[in-house]
Amino acid sequence: MSAQKPRMQFAIQGRILHWLMAAMLLAMLFIGVAMVASLGNYHTLVAIHRPLGIMILILAAIRLINRLCTKLPPFPPTMSPQERFMASSSEKLLYALMFILPLVGWGMLSAGHYPIVMFGSVTLPPILPAVPKLYAFLRGAHTVLAYLLFLTFLAHLSAILFHTLIVRDRILDRMALWPVRSGKNQATKLTSAPAPTGGSTDSVDG
Amino acid sequence: MNSAESNELVPPPLSKRSQLIRLGIMGGLLAAIVGLFAYAGGWLTPNKLTPAAIIDTFQKVSGPHPGFRRNHAKGVCVRGYFESNGRGAEWSKAIVFQPGRVSILGRFALAGGQPYQTDAPHTVRSMALLFQLPDGEEWRTGMNNIPVFSVPTAQAFNDLLLASAPDPGTGKPDPAKIKAFLAANPETAKAMQLIHENPVSSGFDNSTYNSLDAFRFINAAGKVTPVRWSMVPVQPFEPISTTDPGKADKNYLFDALIAAIHAHPVQWHLIITIGQPGDPTDDATIPWPSDRQQVEVGTLTIDQVESEDTSPVRDINFDPLILPNGIGGSDDPLLSARSAAYSQSFTRREGETKEPSAVSTSEAGK
Repeated sequence: MSAQKPRMQFAIQGRILHWLMAAMLLAMLFIGVAMVASLGNYHTLVAIHRPLGIMILILAAIRLINRLCTKLPPFPPTMSPQERFMASSSEKLLYALMFILPLVGWGMLSAGHYPIVMFGSVTLPPILPAVPKLYAFLRGAHTVLAYLLFLTFLAHLSAILFHTLIVRDRILDRMALWPVRSGKNQATKLTSAPAPTGGSTDSVDG
Repeated sequence: MNSAESNELVPPPLSKRSQLIRLGIMGGLLAAIVGLFAYAGGWLTPNKLTPAAIIDTFQKVSGPHPGFRRNHAKGVCVRGYFESNGRGAEWSKAIVFQPGRVSILGRFALAGGQPYQTDAPHTVRSMALLFQLPDGEEWRTGMNNIPVFSVPTAQAFNDLLLASAPDPGTGKPDPAKIKAFLAANPETAKAMQLIHENPVSSGFDNSTYNSLDAFRFINAAGKVTPVRWSMVPVQPFEPISTTDPGKADKNYLFDALIAAIHAHPVQWHLIITIGQPGDPTDDATIPWPSDRQQVEVGTLTIDQVESEDTSPVRDINFDPLILPNGIGGSDDPLLSARSAAYSQSFTRREGETKEPSAVSTSEAGK
């Protein structure tokens, strides 16, 4: 660990992107699952789903650049190596899905010979040729990947709730939109944690 | 929770009771999110009519016909162009109404889920068009040769399909079921009356095709006008032939259309009917008063015809809510329902192996 106290929170732009995209992704999942079962609201929901998906794709690119360019706070010592591995893996999966889902949606509309309408007279060009079987495959993949995203979100939320309610290591402070002074954050000051090898706080996977 | 030391920063251990309560809160939150998701997805309301359920009804009534549209299954594909005279720009800022020409992909079809049905004069005929606007926008519309639609809602449509399904014993619809449906749905009885009174022409090429649903035109000033539209044939009206050529040729309507297009381009005028305040926009079974202003905004020319087996139009979903800027859907509930059900039909058929179309353009039109 360096002499300087490590940063306790994600960078502010990262925290803003996190909560903004969390709301957008959750909205997308609910809109998506509702629209395919709806007759009366189908069109309205699709008209939101398409441009919101493209907005997520753009934000995902900004977020990935930010993720690669900013230093991350260390994991709290209350996280076991297995938990850290799970956290890093699910983070990678969430990043991948933030790109893949909108791209599959865009590709699927292209393959289905649909205009990719954003708003007003603004349309996006197709990114794939119009091929029936390709459309059918991507349409199926879009659903499966969306369920995978929902499950990954549930796992992420479960882990955060467990740490917040049971372990009480103030893990949410890392992502809080308001500044949390590191002195108030217990996690890094812990010398002994319930985890088997809870010592090294200065390494962050992924 | 266990090995908390006398470190001031480590929270005191939770009592068993407190731990259970907290686990309960956590479980409750997760269950609420999963429950809401399941509700949104319709899993908690299995009796609610969904797009998939409507397409299931089509498959039940018409039998399985993999690869084909679940409705308007028998058809032939066309190409051509639309020439706008510029008059539509007064009501809609859509660039299709600027003076000029846009290319058209289209399809003529017979209603019903039977791709190999025998052509019959009173089967509903449809014209579906895709206007390809130069900026990548599209206007897709599916029109029928009936003056009004038979039902106002998707639920009524689904019920009508079931009521008029052929009885497995007789192969014909059960008149008692249809009677019961009409008694319960008087708006359909009225619409059927109008449909029967409407003279049917001899072929696809001299039929008038109507949007049925109302739409909204938005002009450059932002003024919104309720409209319906029709494609009115340049080819003169001729009544149905009394000799019933349907017995001689299963595809006589399609073959006549193919022959006509091979002989010379066929044309329609696009007529916009301007709605007035109070004209129903949410009920496709009710005609608008006959004195409403009608404006001819351009001419459709169809000069090429191609079988579904080779045409890209086979794999186009004529979703009525794929509209350019300047045209919007109305509050007609059928529009979103059509959009949803067509999408379901499209997704199913695109994943299926395609069977040859009943209508071949090479054999016809001799």
